[in-house]
Amino acid sequence: MTTVARHKSPVSRQATATAPRARERVRPPGAPRRVGWLYVLPALVIYAGFLLWPLVRGAQFSLYDWDGLGPATWAGMSNYSRLLSDPVLRGAFWHLLVLILFYAVLPCIIAFVLVAAMSRTRIRGLTFFRTVLFLPQVVAMVAVAVAWQWMYSADGPINSVLRGLHALGLPDWSRGWLGDFTFALPAVGLVGTWVGIGLAMVLFLAGVQKIPRELYEAARIDGAGPVREFFTVTLPGLRRELAVALTLTTIMAIRNFDLIYMATSGGPGDSTKVPAYEVYNRTFNTGEVGLGCAIGVTLAVLAFLATAGIGRLVEGRDS
Amino acid sequence: MPTLTRRAAAAVAAALAALTTACAPGSETDRPQDKAPAAVNTDIAKAGNVTLTVWDQEVQGGQREQIEKLNAQFQAKYPNIKINRVSRSFTDLQKTLRLALSGDSPPDVVEANQGYASMAQFVKAGMLLPLDSYDQVYGWKKRYPKGLMDLNSVTKDGKLIGSGNLYGVSLNGEIVGLYYNKEKLSKLGIQPPKTWAEFEQALGTAKGKGEVPIAFGNLEKLPAMQLYGVIQDQNTDKEAVRKLVFGSGGAWTDAPNVAAAQKLADWSKQGYFTKDANAVKWDDTPVNFAKGQGVFMFGGTWWAPDLSEKMKDKVGFMLPPPAQAGAPSATMGGESLPWSITSKSKHPDVAAAYINFITSPEAMDVSVETGNLPVLAAPSKQPDATLLKEVSAAWAELSKNDGTTPYLDYATPTFADAFGGPLQELVAGKVTPQQAMEKAQADYTAFQAKK
Repeated sequence: MTTVARHKSPVSRQATATAPRARERVRPPGAPRRVGWLYVLPALVIYAGFLLWPLVRGAQFSLYDWDGLGPATWAGMSNYSRLLSDPVLRGAFWHLLVLILFYAVLPCIIAFVLVAAMSRTRIRGLTFFRTVLFLPQVVAMVAVAVAWQWMYSADGPINSVLRGLHALGLPDWSRGWLGDFTFALPAVGLVGTWVGIGLAMVLFLAGVQKIPRELYEAARIDGAGPVREFFTVTLPGLRRELAVALTLTTIMAIRNFDLIYMATSGGPGDSTKVPAYEVYNRTFNTGEVGLGCAIGVTLAVLAFLATAGIGRLVEGRDS
Repeated sequence: MPTLTRRAAAAVAAALAALTTACAPGSETDRPQDKAPAAVNTDIAKAGNVTLTVWDQEVQGGQREQIEKLNAQFQAKYPNIKINRVSRSFTDLQKTLRLALSGDSPPDVVEANQGYASMAQFVKAGMLLPLDSYDQVYGWKKRYPKGLMDLNSVTKDGKLIGSGNLYGVSLNGEIVGLYYNKEKLSKLGIQPPKTWAEFEQALGTAKGKGEVPIAFGNLEKLPAMQLYGVIQDQNTDKEAVRKLVFGSGGAWTDAPNVAAAQKLADWSKQGYFTKDANAVKWDDTPVNFAKGQGVFMFGGTWWAPDLSEKMKDKVGFMLPPPAQAGAPSATMGGESLPWSITSKSKHPDVAAAYINFITSPEAMDVSVETGNLPVLAAPSKQPDATLLKEVSAAWAELSKNDGTTPYLDYATPTFADAFGGPLQELVAGKVTPQQAMEKAQADYTAFQAKK
């Protein structure tokens, strides 16, 4: 209160000029004041109530053995050690690693190829292609899952095409993709790739427009081919966009629940189980709330590490 | 940077403080006390204006119709009672019920599934009301065979199903039996099998003539558990299966149980199932069967109304054929989800009267009228459609011989995954029968030790 009053009237400020002078000089004009908390209070209350508090409670639950109904018993870190000792959960984290490849790395690579091609030639109807490629990002994941479940089904379009190829003399590659122990995980992963490409591409396209044309011309005059041009001009110019795209898609992979839930429910066997699905499964289906929360907390930490790590690696420390 | 670390440290400290000071999750609720039978009020018309909240899972055609009709009749009989019906699909109800029951104002009447995954856990946590005193007033145990009442009974500590107090009453019967395509059988020149050996022979013939012998979709893992259960019932004594599922003796690795897994693996290897069965949705199985994919199909009676409508007289239903012709069959099934009263309900007497009403002999007539299989013989109605008549006859025969065995997923809360997953692997030929059964046993032993 006193600070506000002081700033309002320069007269009173002069009156009490001697003693508080030093304190006031410490704060440069425009520096944060306590009144700032008042401005963020409404948002903060909602954020704390719906995000921070559940996070803290979740962390607390993860230290208990609790079936979600009766009284809980203290479990210490045993839920966390189960993440390492339980082969199903360990497998889930391995699957997550594979999925990050499909969800984050692959879309970025494909988007790069598309953008590199576009940066060299003028394409008619670019807006149209951009919209179409971005579309999967807009559609709800549940709808995506249902559509792909049909695509992959025994009599779905993918198998029809493969059977057509078989009729032409190729080996018969048709199978029930989502029920196949080897191919279910890559099949689900490819759906993620399909969703991720659009996002990465739109980000890269925006970035490419920012790179000065002269750089490309200079590279061409120096005799750079398309590959050289990409690595010396396009890629360095897109570092920030790459970091954003990788972060977003990696986090999408880490919290990937809806697609797995709808398409395979973790099956066949345990072959498409991912940690985010197990959070739900352990909490609601099998009544291991503590374990579910432990997985959730671990995922939150992983997401945090991934975000920080990608930022450092791709963007570089000093930028 | 140092400010950031300091701030992070402060945040961690605050979080730790919150963790240690906040109370532990869950709390010991007082177990509900039994009410003396004399204190039960059966005169609902004088109960004043009451809104009864009922959560059910009767969302499919005939079942929905049945409940809507019964609710309307109940409200017509007692105009002072208003029923607030909330219905969700089976799986959705399973998931939301947990949260609803642990809240402060749960619904009055709920359909809680039998087994250690649901009812036993709810009972252990003191969330359901024991119905024994109401039973003394309304005489449910006299109405129902003992086996069916046992399915809805649990000891108060939630440790043993099949004894202890009564916690629910069911409305419809259900069994997993054998559907067959009559048209295809006659084309193949086979009679409906009377023995298990004849059935296996028929499978071979069907396969030889290019038909799919058994329509089977197993994307969800649960279907393989039902199929395994049917085979298990032909391999071992029904009493052994009951004991095993309810946790009072036996092991999943016992020889007859491994032999049943072997049979399942053999059938899969011989190509007796729909191609890529692990990739086919359960709900699509009867749809494909109705389209003519599959000579036989194992499935629950809950599919009968739909199949009857789609296939008319072309489809038949029988109990899984026994080892010897004419011998009593055994198969999985029992009764639909039991209707239970929550311990926090403010109107338990009204709730009990409602449960009594929807399980009365008149309600069984409504069940038949709406194409369902009533748990008790309906006093005056008979189904019209051929298939529904066969289903009804199969149920009557099974009840007479006391041939029902419990669903296998009652065994442990995690069994659907812990056994269903290995069975998917077994169907795909990734594990041996012995390995699959060992995985089931491991989960079973872990649960028994924890219980």
